[in-house]
Amino acid sequence: METITSFNPGLAILVSLFGALMILVFSKRPNIRDGVSVLAGIIKFGIVASMIPVVMSGKLIELKLWDVLPNLPIMFRVDAFGLLFGLIASFLWIFTTFYSIGYMRTLKEHAQTRFFFCFAIALSSAIGIAFSANLFTLFIFFEILTISTYPLVVHIETPEAMKAGRKYLLYLLTSGVFLLFSIIAVYHYTGTTDFAFGGIIAGKGIPKNILILLFVTFMIGSAKAAFMPLHSWLPSAMIAPTPVSALLHAVAVVKAGVFTATRIILYIFGIDVMSETGLALAMAYVVAFTIIVASLFALMQDNLKKRLAYSTISQLSYIILGVAMLTPAGITGGMMHILNHAFMKITLFFCAGAFIVASGKEKISEMNGIAKQMPFTMIAFSIGALGMAGTPITAGFISKWYLLIASMEISQIPLLLVLLASSLLNVAYFFPIIINAFFKKPDRVLSYKEAPLFMLVPLLLTALISIIIGIMPDKPLALIAIAVQNLIGGT
Amino acid sequence: MITDHLPILLIVIGFFGAFFTPIIGMIRKELCSPWATFITMLQFLISLLLLYNVITAGNISYWLGGWQPPWGIEYAVDILNAFVLVIVAGVCFSVSIYSRKSLGLEVPGKEMPLYTLYILLSTGMLGIVVTGDIFNLYVFLEIASLAAYALIALGDRQSRMASFNYMIMGTISASFILMGIGYLYVMTGSLNMADLSRLIPALYGSPVLLVAIAMLVVGLSIKTALFPLHTWLPDAYTHAPSAISALLAGTFTKVGIYALIRVMFTVISPSYVIETVPVMSMLTWLAAIGILAGSVLAIAQYDIKRMLAYSSVSQIGYIILGVGLANNIAMTGGILHILSHSLMKVGLFMVAGAIIYRTGIKNIYQLKGMGKKMPYTMGAFVVGALSMIGIPPTIGFASKFYLAWGALEAGNWVFVVVILLSSLLTAVYFWRIFENVYFGVHETEEIKKDEAPLSMLLPIIAFAVLILLAGLFASLPIEVIKIWVTGVLP
Repeated sequence: METITSFNPGLAILVSLFGALMILVFSKRPNIRDGVSVLAGIIKFGIVASMIPVVMSGKLIELKLWDVLPNLPIMFRVDAFGLLFGLIASFLWIFTTFYSIGYMRTLKEHAQTRFFFCFAIALSSAIGIAFSANLFTLFIFFEILTISTYPLVVHIETPEAMKAGRKYLLYLLTSGVFLLFSIIAVYHYTGTTDFAFGGIIAGKGIPKNILILLFVTFMIGSAKAAFMPLHSWLPSAMIAPTPVSALLHAVAVVKAGVFTATRIILYIFGIDVMSETGLALAMAYVVAFTIIVASLFALMQDNLKKRLAYSTISQLSYIILGVAMLTPAGITGGMMHILNHAFMKITLFFCAGAFIVASGKEKISEMNGIAKQMPFTMIAFSIGALGMAGTPITAGFISKWYLLIASMEISQIPLLLVLLASSLLNVAYFFPIIINAFFKKPDRVLSYKEAPLFMLVPLLLTALISIIIGIMPDKPLALIAIAVQNLIGGT
Repeated sequence: MITDHLPILLIVIGFFGAFFTPIIGMIRKELCSPWATFITMLQFLISLLLLYNVITAGNISYWLGGWQPPWGIEYAVDILNAFVLVIVAGVCFSVSIYSRKSLGLEVPGKEMPLYTLYILLSTGMLGIVVTGDIFNLYVFLEIASLAAYALIALGDRQSRMASFNYMIMGTISASFILMGIGYLYVMTGSLNMADLSRLIPALYGSPVLLVAIAMLVVGLSIKTALFPLHTWLPDAYTHAPSAISALLAGTFTKVGIYALIRVMFTVISPSYVIETVPVMSMLTWLAAIGILAGSVLAIAQYDIKRMLAYSSVSQIGYIILGVGLANNIAMTGGILHILSHSLMKVGLFMVAGAIIYRTGIKNIYQLKGMGKKMPYTMGAFVVGALSMIGIPPTIGFASKFYLAWGALEAGNWVFVVVILLSSLLTAVYFWRIFENVYFGVHETEEIKKDEAPLSMLLPIIAFAVLILLAGLFASLPIEVIKIWVTGVLP
């Protein structure tokens, strides 16, 4: 396959690192500081987007920097899958920056410089993960992502926040250690950590029990993907300000986990090894369990953000389920769901944040009749929720369609049932919110209005986009088709 | 050519410097500190030159007074020496810059004896590393130790007791080492390391050799503070003046490890200590226990210097573990960790000293708001601590990667678990500090910025930058170390 050397992947990462530096420099001048955030986001997206034509033409973009450890370089390689994740993360960063500015200023939050600084670093690492050419590079950014998001989680600095922060670190640093172990082991057995389309483990004569152990440690290592039983850090992390929950804990961090898991399943182990050892099917059932149980947990939450968090846990497992089914349809559905879930869930979180800012309400039971006060926000929320349930013409339908096809292709009826049941559960935990908001009378007269425009516009846009994707999914599907073709075609 | 005499210059300059310090002190006390900085800077430059020469032109053998070894004393420099020399001299030099303000506050008015001892300590340690004569090594060890006892005793009120403890332990250690050397001498009639390594194989199987090895290992283990012989270390590092804690943490234990490596792998052959008598595997288990015990004990501390001291016990375990596993990769990792740990621990101790200098606070739970008060210092602290935890891209990550890989290479999964588990424990005791330093104080509480003075801040920042740079370009030191390791290991 043809590769092109270009500095673009490195630049895309450096832009927000440099932005972070500038944010520190201008810490005393909020307008310039926030302007830097916006500018960095736009430039970053521009650079990432500039790589679309090359990748769409079937080429890879490579950038090898230097060997950090002998034979273990920092190296970037942009393929269709990495580009997809990079595009999503950098595109949504622009929206989130506007939204954050509105959110942080309206609530007069403290330590805003720290907030935007860490946010920029986290985004750099997310893009770094997307473009990594080997596990070693990926791990570097993976750890930076963990560290840089910690100050965001404990932002409000109350004792509960500090406790949640400790839990966050306990899970993510521990999983980082597992990932490091797995990477060292892979390097030990194969002499490389490069991602390759057919996997790198096949034919290296690794005993099967070691292979299974490695897969387990790898999956524990990607606990950022929040599948059960390694999920409980995510609901705790909801104590963070809502923009953080929206971008990081619905898109960047958790998707980085899912992305890593996918890279490991498809590009390290490879489709052949995964299906021969039966690991793929085992993984599929683990995440199927997560899909159902997380939805049940979501039903029980009264805090809106927590309910969304459990919904995220459930939806992330869709992605891994798709990938673990190992058929073209499954992989397409899984990768597509990275995109779809990103737009739908960020919309929902943006709405949750808007409720907090405008009305101060976090609990679902207090949101009766809120649609009258905040109609636009509530419409956006409904669009997101419909998408989650997989309703046609929303983005969620596309990915669910592919997943259903895949489950029939490999004739795993239980998985098919899980997918269908999950849609019902989605209806069960989202629709009461919508119905109550639109039709129930509030307990007392409500006086608040819509959230500021800085917040309202981004959330309407993301809602709109998640419908546009549902109607015209061909562009992202074409990108994914290239990724799938590389994997299945074996070239 | 003067450059041919570099190995001895290293020592001569030191003794010359130490000798003249009292005289300079008599003229003006304030000049002692710059003088020490000047001397250690010369030593640092010489060490760098030596490392460069060794890498480009091969090993150096210097005969004192032109006497041919094994009759005369030989200074033998190979990559391992030169590498450790650069670390030791570099730390001595940087800490001397840092120490002027710090010691000026903590030990006022004693510049003259202080810096005399400082230069002696530095020279003693460099002597241990540069010499190729095992008795000469002992002599330098005594010079350095005596200077260290005295320097520690200059600290706070409990420092005398700490110093006394250290002296007792140190003397026991020195006796063991001396007896070990004595036995070797009795059997072979030689004290030159290279010569010994040729003579010793004839003695394999001799119980006397076993006793000699046992004594050397125990003696050097005390010096390196290998668990469970570490008991002198926490008190000594806690109560010594901060600058001295930083100096000792970065150098003295490392020199002990160097001596251990030298004796085991150069004087006595690797195959003997690995296969015939499993000294090394015994050390690895002690090291593994030490790694975990040190970390757990560090978690239990609330005095910042004491916490760092226990963390040293744990980190020394890493080095010994890597060396003891004695395969190419683990050994490389172990030796690399000499560099990593020096950078991290010196940096961290300097930060502790800077905090004490500005606020007098030693208790980690009283550090609230320090992130605003001393932003640069605490930033350096974060870098050092993350490196201790092993977060990439720091040098601590590089050595941890190699150590874990080496343990895997050796097929020892227990050690892999120990190494990785310990990094989590490390995270526990450093994160408490992060929480206190950066969180829980809102902007409403006005905190004035009150940074450490520049002469303290510069070395601190320099070490933080070095930790990152060395981490990003870790393949450079690794390639250098590999040359030595592949030459030594079978």
